Amino acid sequence: MQRYLFTRVIQSGLLMLGVLVITFFMVRLTGDPARTMVPRDASPERVEQMRVAMGFDDPLIIQFARYVGGAVRGDFGQSLHYRAPSMRLVLERVPATIQLTLAALGFALLFSVPLGIIGGSRPGTIWDTLARGFGLLGQTVPNFWLALMLIVVFSVELRWFPTFGRSGFASVVLPAVALGFFPLGQFTRLIRSAVLEVRSEDYIRTAYSKGIEEWQVLSRHIFRNVSITLVSILGVQFGYMLGGSIYIESIFAWPGIGRMINEAVQARDFPLVQAIAVFSAGFVVVLNLLTDIAYALIDPRIRYED
Amino acid sequence: MRIDALDQENVRSPFQRALRIVLRDKTGLIGVFLFGTVLFCAVFAAYIVPHSPIEQNLRISRQPPGWHEAGDWEYPLGTDNLGRDMLSRIIYGSRVSLTVGFFGVLIAMSIGMLLGLVAGYLGGTIDNVIMGVANLFLAIPYLLLVVVVAAVLGRSLINVILIFGFTNAPLFVRITRGEVLRIRKSGYVESAVSLGAKPGRIIFGHILPNLIGPLLTVATFEMSGMIFYEAGLGFLGLSVPPGIPSWGNMLAAGRQYIQFSPWIAAFPGLAIVFTSLGMNLLGDWLRDVLDPRMRRSAS
Repeated sequence: MQRYLFTRVIQSGLLMLGVLVITFFMVRLTGDPARTMVPRDASPERVEQMRVAMGFDDPLIIQFARYVGGAVRGDFGQSLHYRAPSMRLVLERVPATIQLTLAALGFALLFSVPLGIIGGSRPGTIWDTLARGFGLLGQTVPNFWLALMLIVVFSVELRWFPTFGRSGFASVVLPAVALGFFPLGQFTRLIRSAVLEVRSEDYIRTAYSKGIEEWQVLSRHIFRNVSITLVSILGVQFGYMLGGSIYIESIFAWPGIGRMINEAVQARDFPLVQAIAVFSAGFVVVLNLLTDIAYALIDPRIRYED
Repeated sequence: MRIDALDQENVRSPFQRALRIVLRDKTGLIGVFLFGTVLFCAVFAAYIVPHSPIEQNLRISRQPPGWHEAGDWEYPLGTDNLGRDMLSRIIYGSRVSLTVGFFGVLIAMSIGMLLGLVAGYLGGTIDNVIMGVANLFLAIPYLLLVVVVAAVLGRSLINVILIFGFTNAPLFVRITRGEVLRIRKSGYVESAVSLGAKPGRIIFGHILPNLIGPLLTVATFEMSGMIFYEAGLGFLGLSVPPGIPSWGNMLAAGRQYIQFSPWIAAFPGLAIVFTSLGMNLLGDWLRDVLDPRMRRSAS
């Protein structure tokens, strides 16, 4: 177990170093980062000014050392747009994004767990069809379009929820539903197939034959197995939702990092973009590490491997 | 009786099997129909559109769909903010989506297959390096990566295709490598090796043919994913230039008029759902046809 933990921590560290390499070269893809960071119609003087200000004249290796050195201390330079330290700006926006992500996750679990379990334990019934239907819809309905349609129906027509902003419970409902729709589908599919698979195991048949009530079998044997599946994809889901929040937060004017990415990209504020990218990747890497540890704790088979 | 049935299963050609699964599983048929419709629209767009997709006519701007009391069946899905026919633009939009999806997956699959084969077959340091880089790219939130790279490179069809092709390759590397490792361990490859078969023969004769099924299935799902992401980029104003009718660009424009003219955003989104539904059903069906291990999931 300790050796497993140690390797995973080292791996995560290497991964973060790799993320720094990628984000460093990401803004240099066109070969001229100074040009990238000014508006398209900027004068040559303006470009030159930017080149000097950002130190793009120095040898690449020096620039990289400076970037990594700063990143380790949490310093990603000044945001070009806000004229403030980039990482501080990112951290200010994090709570809103976490709130939205958790709300979306909660929405997804609230519907997918019952739907997946009932669908999986009664194959061929209307519940099963419903579970499969939602599983498919989650994959095929784009969240940015769903968000717009939710606004049309629930804000413009019915006036149940506000169109945008972050003010109390009502304002989080529509963005959470839009962002949580994809995980809802994925969870439903996973839970349904996990239940289907577990159902045919010998120990479940034994449990039934001992006369144990169905809900007890479900909660004690099946749900425990399903929770392992869920935990294992939680990290991946967070990464997805961070991405999805770019649309959802922009549409609902939700003051989180998703909206900030969109704004920073439109304003060509790349120091800020780098800070967001490193933060988001770091968040996902740490989350995956924690998931793996939790996974190892739940599932003894992993704990005793190698 | 049972043995007979098994024998029959084995003598069926893949084509017969496909046909049988289509007939048994109606959803596969729906998938073929949906995807076929989109493909038809993309190929014959120039011949089937009722109006020009780019010609503006401000006198009829934001006209509701035909069934609406203020609508006109001359423009069955209404017109957009510049008075362009929605139906014609959606038909033309399928070209951008399918082009990006097809070539994006082609590039991703080619790179992924090559590197995955090398990693899985050679193993050792090369394997570690390739998989390290692949996992690195998979660690960064995908959409974030795509959005930033698209913003740096600028709006063009080629850029979008290249971005999806390269950023999606790590997924194919991982899948190819996993399959190669599995196939290498199988009895028939071991016996081929012990009979003295050379690496080339093993790769081209045994491993590649077995890779096609799983990869083609993943390719279908990934193509559907890219159509999604392209529309998303367009929605943010980062995909093909604004003059080109694409579903993402249409959504971006429709967003401004969501309150009073919701159809401008609604229909391109429905087109995306339609396409991706078709491709997902098609993918499920392909998996049943091509991948015998997954076949039981069809029942």
